[in-house]
Amino acid sequence: MKNTSPTSDSLRNVPDDNGHFGPYGGRFVAETLMPLVLEVEKAYNASKDDPEFQKELDYYLKYYVGRPSPLYYAPRMTEKFGGAKIYLKREELNHTGAHKINHCMGQILLAKRMGKTRIIAETGAGQHGVATATVAALFNLPCTVFMGELDIERQRPNVFRMRLLGAEVRAVKTGSRSLKDAMNAALQDWVSNVDNTFYIIGTVGGPHPYPAMVRDYQSIIGREVREQLMEAEGRMPDSLVACVGGGSNAMGLFHEFLDEPTVNIHAVEAAGHGLLTGMHAAALTGGRAGILHGMRSYFLQNEDGQIQEAHSISAGLDYPGVGPEHAWLHDNGRVSYVSITDNEAMEAFQLCCKLEGIIPALEPSHALAYVAKIAPTLPKDHLMVVNLSGRGDKDIFTVADRLGVTI
Amino acid sequence: MNNPINRLEARFAALKAAGRKAFIPFATAGYPNLDIFPQLLAGLPKAGADIIEIGMPFSDPMADGPAIQTANIQAFKAGITVPKILDFVRGFRKTDNETPIVLMGYYNPIYSYGVMRFLDDAKKAGVDAFIIPDLPPEEDAEFRIPADSRDLFVTRLVTPTTDENRLPTVLKDAKGFLYCVSITGITGAAEANASKLTDLIGRIRQQSDLPIAIGFGVNTPEQARTIGQEADGVIVGSAIMNRIASHIDTNGNIGAGLVDDVLSFVTNISRGAHGG
Repeated sequence: MKNTSPTSDSLRNVPDDNGHFGPYGGRFVAETLMPLVLEVEKAYNASKDDPEFQKELDYYLKYYVGRPSPLYYAPRMTEKFGGAKIYLKREELNHTGAHKINHCMGQILLAKRMGKTRIIAETGAGQHGVATATVAALFNLPCTVFMGELDIERQRPNVFRMRLLGAEVRAVKTGSRSLKDAMNAALQDWVSNVDNTFYIIGTVGGPHPYPAMVRDYQSIIGREVREQLMEAEGRMPDSLVACVGGGSNAMGLFHEFLDEPTVNIHAVEAAGHGLLTGMHAAALTGGRAGILHGMRSYFLQNEDGQIQEAHSISAGLDYPGVGPEHAWLHDNGRVSYVSITDNEAMEAFQLCCKLEGIIPALEPSHALAYVAKIAPTLPKDHLMVVNLSGRGDKDIFTVADRLGVTI
Repeated sequence: MNNPINRLEARFAALKAAGRKAFIPFATAGYPNLDIFPQLLAGLPKAGADIIEIGMPFSDPMADGPAIQTANIQAFKAGITVPKILDFVRGFRKTDNETPIVLMGYYNPIYSYGVMRFLDDAKKAGVDAFIIPDLPPEEDAEFRIPADSRDLFVTRLVTPTTDENRLPTVLKDAKGFLYCVSITGITGAAEANASKLTDLIGRIRQQSDLPIAIGFGVNTPEQARTIGQEADGVIVGSAIMNRIASHIDTNGNIGAGLVDDVLSFVTNISRGAHGG
């Protein structure tokens, strides 16, 4: 891999020692959790300097996850849109079918290193839950996954996968019964089981060091893209597109290129029924700064500071917040944050199936829908890389329901 | 109308002089509704409250168990907001300028209101201190330091996970009293174990002269008595919320005898806390 170490005016030398990305991030957790959060940070920092840890991680990423994932030129999609040359980063081909396994592998090796004997996680779409259950099975650690009752209904295949993998899936019945509430429940469990438990967080969110740690484990996506596109085209991409819920797949793709001024970066939030309806999950486009789940970032909230429910057809984007690094990249303008509705994502989902023979997850279908908007306006020599962060098998019930089909 | 020194310091000094423990009931603002809550609040001093902790409802109360979560949801249905909570304090102060009031709430509604504006308004309304569970000492610059400059205290939490390395960080700059969390878990989840507390309290006493109040898992007069012997004060929350809930039927109708029964329940626990 090419060495791209950050410089002093780099956008890649955040967060600071207290986990701040500009004004965002931090460690807004109960005192009970503070010693644990500090312990995770210490162990994570030590692991970064340990060649043995890196070697073990590299081994599992190659032989178990199946990395590197291909960077695939999508000829029919490119032809259809008639503009930019579109490449798909095939994260959906990873073991378990999404990018989530990248940070799960890193975190479980860290948990082992710390001597933890029990794993917990939250999940929305179930992809992070499946990936966590998978690595927990691999390393023979008991695993409890917290999942909103609503998400359990709409992501049944993943619930069954987790159970097959030996994980306990605990239904969360409070609040909006989706990802935010699953994260509350996981944090409550962690507070109650501080001695033996490692919390594998599924996005670039939560208290420091999680946003930085998950980003670092995901940034292999962008490093591979740089190398693979260099091999295919002899140069860097002109633009990157990824969907953002909490923002792990997007940070994974973007981080490598933040200091490359010629690379335009687009992050796509879920507009649900439309931003004007208030029924959406676009924290950056439609929310404001606040504090939840251990971090300062952007959140959907009412005028009294109460967190509001998010709405998206995609369970993985159905979260009223976003990772703090995204909040910072939003404010400093390095990344442009846009949004795509449920209907637009549904169209792109179907288009991708028919044009490329790939059933994408509903999450990256939001990214594909934005590609459909901008690719036609760009020249044919414009190189665009889209993170195809997950496969859509898990979504077929939702899609069939939306199309009025019984399966 | 404001006392020259913080009501909290004055109250703890008076209790110490009298050899009494502090009984600190907790009530969620706006629960069970906006009419009954101020009646409960006004009745608490007579029911034995030395200090009152008012819960500020939040949509995502991560450190709280089912009893307080339920109270939050009900309070939102009743229309509770941050300005209305400060109105309740203002109303209470019309007849009671002695009993200290501690607001317990998560940071986001305060941050959303505006920290400086909130501190000024809370001070004017008659608040004395805050407990903000999601603001550890690492985030002091956010709230504790500007609060301190207005003679408003931010209560530090000491927990069973606060080890020798951590304790000095927590005790540094602490004022008013220390909130000793008796269990690792959420509020109301388990009963506090007095013997396990002895060690923690002993460690705190070696490094701090501040009064220690114990919360999380105190449900009965007997527990309040046992715990009270260990510390300088006892905080009771979930048990009171559960008592209020017992007067609300499945359709949300509130029974007529709620205020009297809850206050007599509080009186009983306060007797335990006061060693009676």
